[in-house]
Amino acid sequence: MIVTIAGKELKTLFASPLAWLVLTVLQFVLGYVFLKRLDDFLQIQPQLIQLASPPGVTEMVAAPMFALAAIVLLFAVPLLAMRVIAEERRNQTMVLLLSAPVSIAEIVVGKFLGLLVFLLIIIALISLMPLSLAATTQLDYGLLASMLLGLILLATNFAAVSLYVSSLTAQPMAAALGAFAALLAMILMGETAGDSLRARAWDIPAALVQVFSPLKNFEPLGKGVVDTAVIACFLLLTVMFLILTVRRLDAQRVRG
Amino acid sequence: MPQPPSATTLSARSLTRRFGAHTAVSSIDLELKRGEVLGFLGPNGAGKTTTMQMLTGNLAPTEGSVAICGIDLLEQPTAAKSKLGYLPETPPLYRELNVDEYLMLAAKLHRVPHAVRKAAVAKAKERCGLTEVGRKLIAHLSKGYQQRVGIAQAIVHEPDVVIMDEPTVGLDPHQIRGIRALIRELGSSHSVILSTHILPEVEAVCDRVHIMHHGRFVYGDTITALKQIHSGRIMLLGLKRPPPLGELQSVGGLAAVERLDDHHFRVQFETRDDAVDAVIAQCVARDWGLYQLAPAQSSLEDVFVNLTRREEEQVPAG
Repeated sequence: MIVTIAGKELKTLFASPLAWLVLTVLQFVLGYVFLKRLDDFLQIQPQLIQLASPPGVTEMVAAPMFALAAIVLLFAVPLLAMRVIAEERRNQTMVLLLSAPVSIAEIVVGKFLGLLVFLLIIIALISLMPLSLAATTQLDYGLLASMLLGLILLATNFAAVSLYVSSLTAQPMAAALGAFAALLAMILMGETAGDSLRARAWDIPAALVQVFSPLKNFEPLGKGVVDTAVIACFLLLTVMFLILTVRRLDAQRVRG
Repeated sequence: MPQPPSATTLSARSLTRRFGAHTAVSSIDLELKRGEVLGFLGPNGAGKTTTMQMLTGNLAPTEGSVAICGIDLLEQPTAAKSKLGYLPETPPLYRELNVDEYLMLAAKLHRVPHAVRKAAVAKAKERCGLTEVGRKLIAHLSKGYQQRVGIAQAIVHEPDVVIMDEPTVGLDPHQIRGIRALIRELGSSHSVILSTHILPEVEAVCDRVHIMHHGRFVYGDTITALKQIHSGRIMLLGLKRPPPLGELQSVGGLAAVERLDDHHFRVQFETRDDAVDAVIAQCVARDWGLYQLAPAQSSLEDVFVNLTRREEEQVPAG
């Protein structure tokens, strides 16, 4: 049943121009950045060779591209998520799912997975760019895998938060902007509060803030450091917002 | 699963729904048997849609319970919902899918087994006259066809209870006849609840009717009984030389008289059999120039106003 709903989400997503537009713009922006970075790298390569342990092409080209991809997802995910619940409610199509013999948890997880699969397609297309260099040079596959994992976890976080905001309103635009604002607030909080709390050795508040700072958690993975605590933070945030979404939709049935 | 034809498919007990201080539906009891078509009549805001939302599990009741084929909708929602088909006021259509894709999705969601899914979709399309538009996008269909897709979605899994909120809205007269025939056909094997404003529709397809007003059932009876109430008893009387209203009201056999213009009156006869004869005889005897006596336009309003007025005169029930 979850697979049916996820499949339906993907199908309707690809039937709308929005999905194709997002894919196009992302490919264009990241493709440009990739080529620019590659060009710069080739120009400074002779100087890099003189260093004791020169940074490789993965570090110089792929890493900044993945960092940019994280920022681009911050804009793209709320736009994609707004249609998943808010638009269904505006078009009153949610009734089909709510009247079917399907639990609300199944609906939410199905919608989440549908959205996630689309994001994985985006991430796969992004990874193909650095991978295209594999034919001519030696890539750091460990670092690449770590960055890839980071981007996937980041996408799940963004998707879960955006899905929850999408369930709060029947206005798709409000859902998109609200999700963007929520993600931005979380990122800013992670950037500012996290470090100062840790500096004062307030461990528990710092840990709490860390759970809510997906972009901060992406940083070590982007450098090739796979930390289980960071992965736990990602999963915790995702599960939390999915549960909130289920509760929210259930409350709508009760409150009308 | 062959079940006895008299089996109760849907029962609701003291169903109540409040939105804040406003009571939209107040302690409704409902029982539906297999092979029965029940009509909800009532003006806008009477609580028809709210009731249907509660019966289909889209809205939680404040009080009361609903059971579909004996399965409690609130305790086992998934099991109960698998026996339900629901067409809401706005058909829940994904405009970016084509008819086949959409009905396949509806069948999957309602757990129609994979082996029979194609056949179920084909049957639903055939019943709703959609065979030729299977590959068209729902967004490109006319309102009438979209409505039919909505009906097809509600019956694709052969549910025991089909609930339809104004199923014939937006259809042309020919399509309306087709849909009514379909509802009658569904009613022979399933139970159907439909809501409508249109009285002839109830007469054409329903076995039983409930009239709703202010969130309560103010009337519930078989359709034959309803027909008797509004036909024959209320008539239009035309007199060339009408007497004063008071004199007309005193005529034996008339229960109520209402002046429409100088020569026309809306009259309600007493229930006794010879009431009409008595009135005609008096009109002739007193030389009032009787030239017209015709059944009044039997609009829903007439019946409705009549019933609610009667309800208020009596001791309020419930």
